[in-house]
Amino acid sequence: MSQRIDTNLVKHIAFLTRLSLTEEETALFSEQFSAIIDYFDMLGEVDVAAVAPFTQPQITRAELREDVARPSMEREDFLANVPQRKGNSVRVSVVLENLAAGGDSSSAD
Amino acid sequence: MDLYTLSVRQASDLLQTGEITSVALTSAILERIHAVEPTVRAHITVSEDLALQQAEAADVRRRAGEQVTPLTGIPYAVKDCLSTKGVRTTCASKILEDYVPRYNAAVIDRLADAGAVLVGKHNMDEFGMGSSCENSAFFATHNPWDVTRVPGGSSGGSAAAVAAEMTPFALGEDTGGSIRMPAGFCGVTGVKPTYGRVSRYGLIALVSSFDTIGPLTRDVADAALVMQTIAGHDPRDSTSLRAPVPDYDQTFTRDLKGVTVGVPVEYFAEGIDPAVEAPVREALAVLRDLGAEVREVSLPHTHYAIPVYYLILFAEASSNLARFDGVRFGLSSDGADVLERYLHTRHAGFGDEVKRRIMLGTFALSAGYYDAYYLRAQKVRALLRQDFDRAFAEVDALVAPVCPTPAFKLGEKVADPLTMYLSDVHVVAINPAGVPSLALPCGFTGDVPPLPVGMQLIGRPLDEATLFRIGHAYQQATTWHLARPSVMR
Repeated sequence: MSQRIDTNLVKHIAFLTRLSLTEEETALFSEQFSAIIDYFDMLGEVDVAAVAPFTQPQITRAELREDVARPSMEREDFLANVPQRKGNSVRVSVVLENLAAGGDSSSAD
Repeated sequence: MDLYTLSVRQASDLLQTGEITSVALTSAILERIHAVEPTVRAHITVSEDLALQQAEAADVRRRAGEQVTPLTGIPYAVKDCLSTKGVRTTCASKILEDYVPRYNAAVIDRLADAGAVLVGKHNMDEFGMGSSCENSAFFATHNPWDVTRVPGGSSGGSAAAVAAEMTPFALGEDTGGSIRMPAGFCGVTGVKPTYGRVSRYGLIALVSSFDTIGPLTRDVADAALVMQTIAGHDPRDSTSLRAPVPDYDQTFTRDLKGVTVGVPVEYFAEGIDPAVEAPVREALAVLRDLGAEVREVSLPHTHYAIPVYYLILFAEASSNLARFDGVRFGLSSDGADVLERYLHTRHAGFGDEVKRRIMLGTFALSAGYYDAYYLRAQKVRALLRQDFDRAFAEVDALVAPVCPTPAFKLGEKVADPLTMYLSDVHVVAINPAGVPSLALPCGFTGDVPPLPVGMQLIGRPLDEATLFRIGHAYQQATTWHLARPSVMR
């Protein structure tokens, strides 16, 4: 079996998708992904030079709603499932470090 | 009379005449669930108190002379990917283990308005990713016909629950066979509607351009009845179609004179188990006896359906599942910084198959691979749809097996994802093409115990009515849909 998707590529994709993998998972996924992609390479046989991609199977055109203001989700409904809240805010990790200078360095509101 | 054995229409008639109440019917269903659940394991959540409240409300509505529908007071349960206000909705994933939606999916609202009674949420493969119901983060569901075998997936809990008479009907979700395959393995009727026919509002998305919601029932007449309630335009889903929904009962006929049925030769080619092929061929003879013209047709790109389906699925799923970041809802793990928090949350929350598909989707969409995989799959998808359009210029519907084999053993395919993907060969082409399909039982294998064999009728876009007409006439002439597993009886 080829190793088209080697462990370095698996690690790179894991990083892009924000997934952490153990060494065992990385090795197993490399083997499994290579087998799957090898099988899927059969699509290369099809002549698609004159074919346009078909991305939505709708048979009539999607219609847009009238642009009318309506009430949005109630704040309590939105906040009910938030893992960490503070008052009426969602507590999140710091994304831009310098903005948190002088404050709590691990999270911001 | 054991009330749990009633079909939707039988129960509806008895409720209408006052011979039974919804509270009695719902209580019988809840007792049946308690008796069978340890063996079949179809439910993630049973919403007993809510069900009895809704049943009482349905009885009050009827006694007060208010408007009722054929579904008023009828119990049902749904695949756990449909949002239910106040009832935990997990998608069989640890990342949503404690998630309780604050709103209903559109289909749940429609059934609530009709007076139907929600009794629970069915097990599934995590986020719909699987063909056996073994990828649930919580437990595997067992096939009621042989508990050593899988019920099929991903709506395995829903099909098993209908087969084991734990509900008169269920709603499943079909992305690439997830209603039809378990319907086939469990010997029940299942509908994969035309893309856009039923609102996806409140469905936790797997593949936004494939996903469809449809009923699983004891027979075609019940399936048409449920579709009558859930189909139709919804402004909250931008892909919902405005096309009118016909009165399906009016399309039922005893015979099939004037109907032309196509047999796609590629669906009867290599790899099909003779124990599956024989009952489907016999069903074709029944359709011929009913007056249908049967002729062979070709869907020449069928061979490419698996890679087309899976590549687009991987890509759309990787995008849809990016929302699970531990910030707004769902599982949230600690971490020193934002990156570590994402990594910990998604590592702890997602199962192996979900991780595989997210990663393969990101691969197929990434620079250097996009043209060769994702874009090429979308082009071959156009050819799959063209195959169907050409066939439907000649015939009114296609008949094919649901799966090339009957239900396989639990554990048989879990170690090899590619082998599991290949079991979907007969069901996956339908979703990229967006056409409707109806799965129904058409016989049994010679195994001990015997295993159900399913066939699917595939139709023109928006022409579910012709599928119901053919399926209903077939079930009037045969008794396969009346067979029940012996589990707990």
